[in-house]
Amino acid sequence: MITEDPKHQDIHEYLAEMEDIPGTRVFTAARARVGYHINQFAMSLMNAENRAKFKADERAYMDEWPLTEDQKQALLARDYNRCLDLGGNVYFLSKLFSTDGIPFAEAVSTMTDMKFPEYREMMMQGGRSPEGVRSIKANEAAAAAKKEDR
Amino acid sequence: MARITAGVASSHVPLLGVASDFGKDRDDYFGPIFAGYDWTRAWEEAEKPDVVILVYNDHASAFDMKIIPTFAIGCGERYKSADEGWGPRAVPDVEGHPDLAWHMAQSLVLDEFDMTIINEMDVDHGLTVPLSMMFGKPEAWPCKVVPLAVNVVTYPPPSGNRCWALGEAIRKAVESFPEDLNVQIWGTGGMSHQLQGPRAGLINKEWDNMFLDGLIGDSDHLRRIPHIEYLRETGSEGIEMVMWLVMRGALGKNTRMLHRHYHVPCSNTAIGHMVLRPDNGEGLDMTGRDVTAIAAE
Repeated sequence: MITEDPKHQDIHEYLAEMEDIPGTRVFTAARARVGYHINQFAMSLMNAENRAKFKADERAYMDEWPLTEDQKQALLARDYNRCLDLGGNVYFLSKLFSTDGIPFAEAVSTMTDMKFPEYREMMMQGGRSPEGVRSIKANEAAAAAKKEDR
Repeated sequence: MARITAGVASSHVPLLGVASDFGKDRDDYFGPIFAGYDWTRAWEEAEKPDVVILVYNDHASAFDMKIIPTFAIGCGERYKSADEGWGPRAVPDVEGHPDLAWHMAQSLVLDEFDMTIINEMDVDHGLTVPLSMMFGKPEAWPCKVVPLAVNVVTYPPPSGNRCWALGEAIRKAVESFPEDLNVQIWGTGGMSHQLQGPRAGLINKEWDNMFLDGLIGDSDHLRRIPHIEYLRETGSEGIEMVMWLVMRGALGKNTRMLHRHYHVPCSNTAIGHMVLRPDNGEGLDMTGRDVTAIAAE
């Protein structure tokens, strides 16, 4: 097991490692800054009156927030991977899942390459294995080694 | 003197709250999950804790992006269930213990843990789901609660080592509170799960069980696991397990396991649950209770 010595924790190494996980957007300060208004917008949907306003006219409701056009398009399309890229965080975005009345797991499944029934079946079978999805760098190194072998 | 008599670890998946509230807790899907808590519900009835220090994270309910406290302690009189987008859960209000909470806050700050003090907030599934799992569906929760919220959403969250050390300081704070109180500490969240991106749905049974094993006995190696290992091995939301280390740190050098439960899946998540006693000569009952005998009472 890797152990941590907080006295020797280099912030740049720490942040670089956060970007080394396949298919994962860790909610770092950089993402939190870009996504501030996406997340605050999503937060506003905790209020029943706001949910009704949003449902009546999504575009008009979002126009009241200082969101970028990209962010608005991603939200309108419910393209959650794109929302993550633009600074959204899943706990905030989940207010939109519940506004839409869809289960959390169904919304999560849209970020994978599976349809919900298939995703649910994967979970029933014990979930996604960490094998092969631990590190982008390790995967690249393995792929390069395989290429050399040929 | 107040004392910490037990530590409880539990996942806090929101869907468990839905299952409990809508009577699905014994169906084919949820039955095996809730069955793993039957022992604990009977045991809690016998234990009758006065106060639970409930370590959890807020999921964009009480705290939005405006203010992000790393460690926050609830010192209020009572807390309502938050509206997380579905309307608030129909569960009793959570009664605080402001005397103990303020005492802890002062003691922790003097011990160099610079706590954020919360006097008013709503509490979300992170706090109310563990109450449902451990106490079922009572008219009122059978004990008072000191909410202790940890930031595990915006990076970096506190290190595992810091969480463990906070637990140690909590033990000291509780033991210096003059009133006789039976106090439990609960660490919630986890276990392996990833709720975002193409890698969503990640589960790592082997790692989760290694972590459960590590809570038992006198080893403190879990406090040195770096964030990146939680992320790689247990998914982006598996980081919540650092909150279990606050609980473990508060139990002193040695622990004894009374009950353990692990189940996959619940929605996107692996369910983990454990009941621990501090085992440092406190003279606590280490046998666990005979659940059938309690049920017959």
